[in-house]
Amino acid sequence: MNKLKSLLCGTAICAAGAVSAADLEVTHWWTSGGEAAAVAEFAREFQEQTEHKWIDGAIAGGGGTARPVMVSRIIGGDPMGAFQFNHGRQAEELIEAGLLRDMTHVAEAEGWKDIVNPPSLLDACTLDGKIYCAPVNIHSWQWLWLSNKVFEDAGLAVPTNWDEFVAAAPKLREMGVQPMALGGQSWQSSGAFNVLMATLAGPEILQKIYGDGDADLAGGEEMARVFKAAEDMRDMVQGSNVQDWNQATNLVITDKAGGQIMGDWAQGEFAVAGEVAGEDYTCLPGLGVHEVISTGGDAFYFPVTNDPEIEAAQDALAATLLKPTTQVSFNLKKGSLPVRADVDLAAANDCMKKGLEILASGNIMPDVNMLNTEDTNNQLNDLFVQFFQDTSISAADAQARFVSIVEDKD
Amino acid sequence: MATGKPIRLFRNLSSKIAAIPMILTVLFVFVGGTAWTVTYSFTSSKLLPKTKFVGLRQYERLWETERWLVSIENLMIYGLCSMVLSLLIGFILAALLDQKIRFENTFRSIMLYPFALSFIVTGLVWQWLLNPDFGIQKIINGLGFTSFEFNPLYNSDIVIYGVLIAGLWQGSGLVMVLMLAGLRGIDQDIWKASRVDGIPAWKTYLFIIIPMMRPVFITTLVLIASGIVKLYDLIVAQTGGGPGIASEVPAKYVYDYMFQGQNLGQGFAASTMMLLAVLIVIIPWAYLEFGGKKRG
Amino acid sequence: MADTASQMAPTTARDMTGPHGPKPRRALSGRNIMIYGTLIVVSIYYLLPLYVMIVTSLKGMPEIRMGNIFAPPMEITFEPWVKAWSEACTGLNCDGLSRGFWNSVRITVPSVIVSIAIASVNGYALANWKFKGADIFFTILIFGAFIPYQVMLYPIVILLREMGLYGSLTGLVIVHSIFGMPILTLLFRNYFTSLPEELFKAARVDGAGFWGIYFQIMLPMSLPIFVVAMILQVTGIWNDFLFGVVYTKPDLYPMTVQLNNIVNSVQGVKEYNVNMAATILTGLVPLIIYFVSGRLFVRGIAAGAVKG
Repeated sequence: MNKLKSLLCGTAICAAGAVSAADLEVTHWWTSGGEAAAVAEFAREFQEQTEHKWIDGAIAGGGGTARPVMVSRIIGGDPMGAFQFNHGRQAEELIEAGLLRDMTHVAEAEGWKDIVNPPSLLDACTLDGKIYCAPVNIHSWQWLWLSNKVFEDAGLAVPTNWDEFVAAAPKLREMGVQPMALGGQSWQSSGAFNVLMATLAGPEILQKIYGDGDADLAGGEEMARVFKAAEDMRDMVQGSNVQDWNQATNLVITDKAGGQIMGDWAQGEFAVAGEVAGEDYTCLPGLGVHEVISTGGDAFYFPVTNDPEIEAAQDALAATLLKPTTQVSFNLKKGSLPVRADVDLAAANDCMKKGLEILASGNIMPDVNMLNTEDTNNQLNDLFVQFFQDTSISAADAQARFVSIVEDKD
Repeated sequence: MATGKPIRLFRNLSSKIAAIPMILTVLFVFVGGTAWTVTYSFTSSKLLPKTKFVGLRQYERLWETERWLVSIENLMIYGLCSMVLSLLIGFILAALLDQKIRFENTFRSIMLYPFALSFIVTGLVWQWLLNPDFGIQKIINGLGFTSFEFNPLYNSDIVIYGVLIAGLWQGSGLVMVLMLAGLRGIDQDIWKASRVDGIPAWKTYLFIIIPMMRPVFITTLVLIASGIVKLYDLIVAQTGGGPGIASEVPAKYVYDYMFQGQNLGQGFAASTMMLLAVLIVIIPWAYLEFGGKKRG
Repeated sequence: MADTASQMAPTTARDMTGPHGPKPRRALSGRNIMIYGTLIVVSIYYLLPLYVMIVTSLKGMPEIRMGNIFAPPMEITFEPWVKAWSEACTGLNCDGLSRGFWNSVRITVPSVIVSIAIASVNGYALANWKFKGADIFFTILIFGAFIPYQVMLYPIVILLREMGLYGSLTGLVIVHSIFGMPILTLLFRNYFTSLPEELFKAARVDGAGFWGIYFQIMLPMSLPIFVVAMILQVTGIWNDFLFGVVYTKPDLYPMTVQLNNIVNSVQGVKEYNVNMAATILTGLVPLIIYFVSGRLFVRGIAAGAVKG
């Protein structure tokens, strides 16, 4: 019956459907191949499991483009039914302004408190004890992706950690291979630095600096070592003339570069290119130094509309997003980890399984997005994109600027 | 100017009624919006505008930010070059097309068509053409000139000139058309007279024609200058502000901090500085343009 | 001195039949070679990117990866064009650019008409019927041309919300009219100032009023400036992404939203051929208008001369 309904919904007939069914407009910035396929799973599950209809409002170009659109719609008094944000501190103000709906009743009815793993995901959705968003996946940043063929050709063993990778770099240069790929966009530079920090200095230090704004620690000895490593990395990435992260990943896939630090979404690129984990490429969680993954991700928020029909559809969507079947089908397509531990991901590949193991063992840390405001992240972007492109800035100077950003953060 | 002496408000009434949309726009959008922006630049607004005032803190931070300083420097270089070159190129091309040549339509269309394409597209195409691995450099190297190097987009020192090439490609055609319209408005007799007097063509252009085209030049200047101040899309599409922060511009700083960084206050402070700079240029101009006329 | 505008006025309309430069001599003089040589070299600079775009849009992806962007396609394929027009996905909607095409038309036509109508009347009022304070408004208006759009995003959201127009086509038309106003008004004001003042005075003596003079005398003489204004507005509004997406809803999103998705897609392999095809398709409407109106532009000038 529901199947039939969703079939009909594909055509215009749906508009004349049942009174209780509502059209729910969902805005997101998932528009690439894999992302769109993942969203399609949401839409399918939503329309099969409930009587409502998913109206897709995709806007390409990432958060920078989509966010002003979402915020305008909300403050313009004509909000969409639901929208995607990276959870963390981004939506705080909309909640404080009373523009987002309290979804605690859905969370309680569905027992989110017991199933969401790690619980920190739900904490990121919670303000003053009320739950405002539905977390849908876990993305982690702390991965080093290596091309096996590059190292074989150089007569070297594939590195098992960051130091071995750095040591292999001169040999790769000699052979005319780019040791490491890094895209020119600023978020990639600061992201890679944060990974160095989380693994070489450790997650506790990252948490103290970004979470508590500990400026002494930011200027201290451990961080000096991280900056030294960043300097090594800067030498390794010189000459990679690409902008987008997936173009950088493509250098690794096509064996033109030795490796890249990038989040687990890079996995999708290897999969699309038909590469096999362990044979064609190697993934090192935590750079092989400190196996830890951050639990950032995406979440859906629901604006206040005061329209009972829309509210019913919002409740239904929130519940659907965390259902086990939805979680599996969505995350397999997206390449991310599910937010609940009780689902079976037999179809996952090697790297994804490594991630799941680390998650199960509890070696997790909060995502930088949950600790920093976007403003701070933006400042870090500016600092590190300049640092990684401009060899005239010394590690010490960069650290001094880093300290002043940490001092100013709130 | 008006006949009779009715009550002042009703003098020239139709004109005032016709100007209502303009007056509303000026008052509510430009004056109102600017006042709003300036006010909120003194607050610590993040994602949403809020009236939590923090004095000059946003401005202090702005002027301590290296990216802002780089942005201003880039805008000055780009602005100056773009202004001079597009006027120069536009005028010379218009003068060439004004020589009773054949295929004028074709040439004019060729020069104007890039303006139909958005900056996003322009940036994308030129990013490609200037890419050292498969663009112009590669082709010329392939022709045997192996030492030829033209790689503006990945060199911090000259990246802004790479953007300039694309910007001129997109915009100079329109300048040419405006100039051509201006040239066509010049009386034929002027040319006859200058020929009779034996004045060389370039002198006629420089000392007679150009001064006569003042309104056209003003329109064109405003058009170019407003485009320069708002330069944003082209940078995003062509360089993304890179390498590093070498091709950042103020409008991008404003946008990134307002929406990417969710720091409206900082974005507003930056845009207030931009508006201030524009005011400094516009007020003397308005004074010259209108102040003199009333008396003269 | 400040009044050069009215100085040149009497000369403007009298003789605008065609090219004016110094009279050309023989067909194959050194001067001609120089002129045509320069124009041809310049044309290459302008045409090169278009050539690359077209050639690329006709290649398959394997050929593009091989690298020479200037080489003509070995095997011509129209697949990228089909994909760009009707298959490329924005989120879940996989119907390419075709989805937004009519929306773009629906947005562009009224916005261009309304914005030009308002600005031409403004320019006319400022040039011929100056009222007290007009110069101040005009100066602020010009100032408005320099305000980065992004700054005005939220204030206008609030204004539209208060007017109850947020999210509607009317709201978007107003926004385009507002942001087109500064430059267009300047354009029209300068043009009307350059028309012979005697005409205006004669019409006043005959008893014509504000609107009578506008419709019967000014409008028929203003074809060239209307063409320039149209070129500016069609380009600006057709290519606009930000306003279309911020001030409307998905069922009104213009074509550029899909273009943005095809071109800006953050993940996945970049399909340059589809990018280029989409780019040309999106630019087609302004391009056609240019080629048609380019001729009007010249004819308009000639027409103005006949009236004068």
